[in-house]
Amino acid sequence: MRHYELPAIDEQEADSDLHEGTAYNFGFLDEYAKREVRRTILKAIAIPGYQTPYASREMPMGRGFGTGGLQLTLSLIGQNDNLKVIDQGADDSVNAVNLRHFVELTCPGVSTTERTVEATIIQSRHRIPEVMLREDQVLVLQVPYPDPLVVVEPSEEKRKTMHGEGDYSRLLTKLYEDIVQFNEITISHRYPTKINGHYVIDPSPIPRYDVPRLHQSPNLILLGAGREKKIYAVPPYTSAVPLAFEDVPFRTENFLDAQGNRHACMRCGCTHSFLDEVISEQGERQYQCSDSDYCNDQLAVLKLNQTEGVNA
Amino acid sequence: MNPILDIQNLSKHFTLHEQGTQIPSCSQVNLTATPGQLTALIGPTGAGKSSVLKCVYRTYLPSSGSMLFTQEDGRTIDLSRATESEMLQLRERDIGFVTQFLHCLPRKAAVDIVAAPLVRQGASAGIARDKARELLSTLNVPERLWTVPPATFSGGEKQRVNLARGLIAKPRLLLLDEPTASLDPDTTDRVVDLLNSIKQQGVAMLAIFHHPALVERLADNVVELAMAKHTLELPA
Amino acid sequence: MKPILSVQGLSKVHGRGCSKCIETTGPEQETNICSWCGSVVAAHDVSFELHPGEILGIMGESGSGKSTVVKTLFFDEEPTRGSAQFFEHDHAWNLFDLNAAQRRWLRNHRFGMVYQNPHLGLNFNVSAGGNIAERLLMSDLVNYKAIRERALDLLSRTEVLADRIDDSPKKFSGGMQQRVQIAKALATQPPLLFLDEVTTGLDLSVQACILDLILEIQQELKTAMVVVTHDLGVIRLLTSRAMVMKYGRVIETGLTDQILEDPQHAYTQRLVASAL
Repeated sequence: MRHYELPAIDEQEADSDLHEGTAYNFGFLDEYAKREVRRTILKAIAIPGYQTPYASREMPMGRGFGTGGLQLTLSLIGQNDNLKVIDQGADDSVNAVNLRHFVELTCPGVSTTERTVEATIIQSRHRIPEVMLREDQVLVLQVPYPDPLVVVEPSEEKRKTMHGEGDYSRLLTKLYEDIVQFNEITISHRYPTKINGHYVIDPSPIPRYDVPRLHQSPNLILLGAGREKKIYAVPPYTSAVPLAFEDVPFRTENFLDAQGNRHACMRCGCTHSFLDEVISEQGERQYQCSDSDYCNDQLAVLKLNQTEGVNA
Repeated sequence: MNPILDIQNLSKHFTLHEQGTQIPSCSQVNLTATPGQLTALIGPTGAGKSSVLKCVYRTYLPSSGSMLFTQEDGRTIDLSRATESEMLQLRERDIGFVTQFLHCLPRKAAVDIVAAPLVRQGASAGIARDKARELLSTLNVPERLWTVPPATFSGGEKQRVNLARGLIAKPRLLLLDEPTASLDPDTTDRVVDLLNSIKQQGVAMLAIFHHPALVERLADNVVELAMAKHTLELPA
Repeated sequence: MKPILSVQGLSKVHGRGCSKCIETTGPEQETNICSWCGSVVAAHDVSFELHPGEILGIMGESGSGKSTVVKTLFFDEEPTRGSAQFFEHDHAWNLFDLNAAQRRWLRNHRFGMVYQNPHLGLNFNVSAGGNIAERLLMSDLVNYKAIRERALDLLSRTEVLADRIDDSPKKFSGGMQQRVQIAKALATQPPLLFLDEVTTGLDLSVQACILDLILEIQQELKTAMVVVTHDLGVIRLLTSRAMVMKYGRVIETGLTDQILEDPQHAYTQRLVASAL
């Protein structure tokens, strides 16, 4: 299938030296836009967890499709980068494919990959890769609503004061009410997490399972909200502690069945990854690794063991 | 024995701004109160006997004169110049006042009202209530009333609760304004016994009795107050 | 005994203010509004002291400035002039010199406030127990079980039934809302409590209950209180000292029984005589 080709423009109509005969600058954004985003990134890293405002550009896709994450990626990416894009852990989901394609189109020469270990930038919606990332990798998370206080306080001015004073008592009250009603904290995604001992962030709709991965990570984690025009960061080796009570600690999903056994991925047999629930054609409930690259790796290991087993 | 209270030239008049008049209450009063003794104030109605007690307690602000009170550590303080906080502290520990009226919380049981002064001094609720019950019984207050708020009591019953409350904590100076006014002879006798026993414990008392016989039975000293001067018109 | 709170020359003017504001307002002029610039002199030159365990009543009619005094001390409003100190152990806080974080700390750990309007003191989006939890969380208690026990204890003390702890205050009567407010204010056992017209508008029987409750709690916890009211009955029942205000000025102060039985100022005499 032929990809859509960008129309070539008349060389004489090219309006600046920056453009080399194509309609778009490398990385789609103009250099000034990229510079502003990079400055904002530096500021966000300097104030871990602080929602730093920036001039979020209009992108050629609707808000809500990852424009914040995309602007981060486009501002960082260079010719030597290797980009991985995932959505809910999968490289082949529609949104991931479109975003990757957009980058390929506007950043000629940039490599893309599905292998987590080979990527230098990983843009993700709703999941953090299973494999531990390295110091030379950057994780970019797509964020719909950056402010965890928005559920308890409608006024932005008051929210800013609460963040400034580190006053998250209203959020904790909400957790209290949860425990009263349901005997446990029922938040499943976007679990409020305190960064570097002060600002509490919404870590984007990653599941609870991924929240511990924010803590003391060797890699930089950037979070971008395009619609809300905010960038925030969890710098490398920074503390990230989910909000909880002394006696009601934070828990992750355990994927145990009724008998107390851990579900396994039906494809690769893995029992330690985050699983997606799928309903088979027969109506059966089955589980599969959410991180497709990781599943591939595990499957390869499984096949290797099986072959060795046969050979042994 | 040195007096605990030395009142000199105490005068009190009321200035009623709306009516433009000045009403005298008591005039040039001189008296002392001594630990272990009861000083009785006598005189015609309107001579300002209650006013003297109220001035000591600061319910009235004296117009002139001095009231030197000796505190536990020996220092004297002029009650007419004491600060509000100092007066509150003195009322808490040193000076008690049994008035004719019982102001109390609408829902508090009689036994708790009587026990309160002891509790404020630090006693446990249990011990304080025991003492309160003892006093109420001595004063002939029927047991069925002990757990009832006094709002519905008769005048005499209220007066006995008042007395019990005033006597339970043994202040160093006790002011009594007609303490037996609504009581029957038997209860009156019991009150006399109580007051005598408190006197023996070293409490100084300044009292007004409606009956001369009580003055005879209880008073170690008697001070007679004269009628105050006429009402004055204030200059316009 | 050292005071717990000391206030000097507290003044609040709404508006730009001018040199004539003070002389054109006050009880003699019978107005709060400056005739030259239209500013409102809500309170002028208010000074007083409060000792630990004392209950001070601030009494006055509308426009007297009584609410303004406690609002500035609780940091709901900024005074125009004056100073105030809060004392504890060996430390003195200069209230109007503190920054926002320090003020917040004092509000959460040392002060309590009960408003006339429960919407100002309670969060109606959260249950009664949640309101108390919120205050405890603001004072850095993060143990769920401890919070829950304390909330139950406080609500039972303020005679709110235990099975209503998880109900929203929207479902409560006015009297019960006030009781939840009191429970919330007391949650952190503040040494200083402000009460602003807390029984105004409630039925008489409910008023009596709440006043009873406040006194009981005060006797148990020895909380120093500033009680703002226009009701002489409340002054008589609750307070040991009283301060009478009119048109922003302090008219008279004294022991409560003395103010009620031997008022000195013409206005106080009129007030006391008008009591039903």
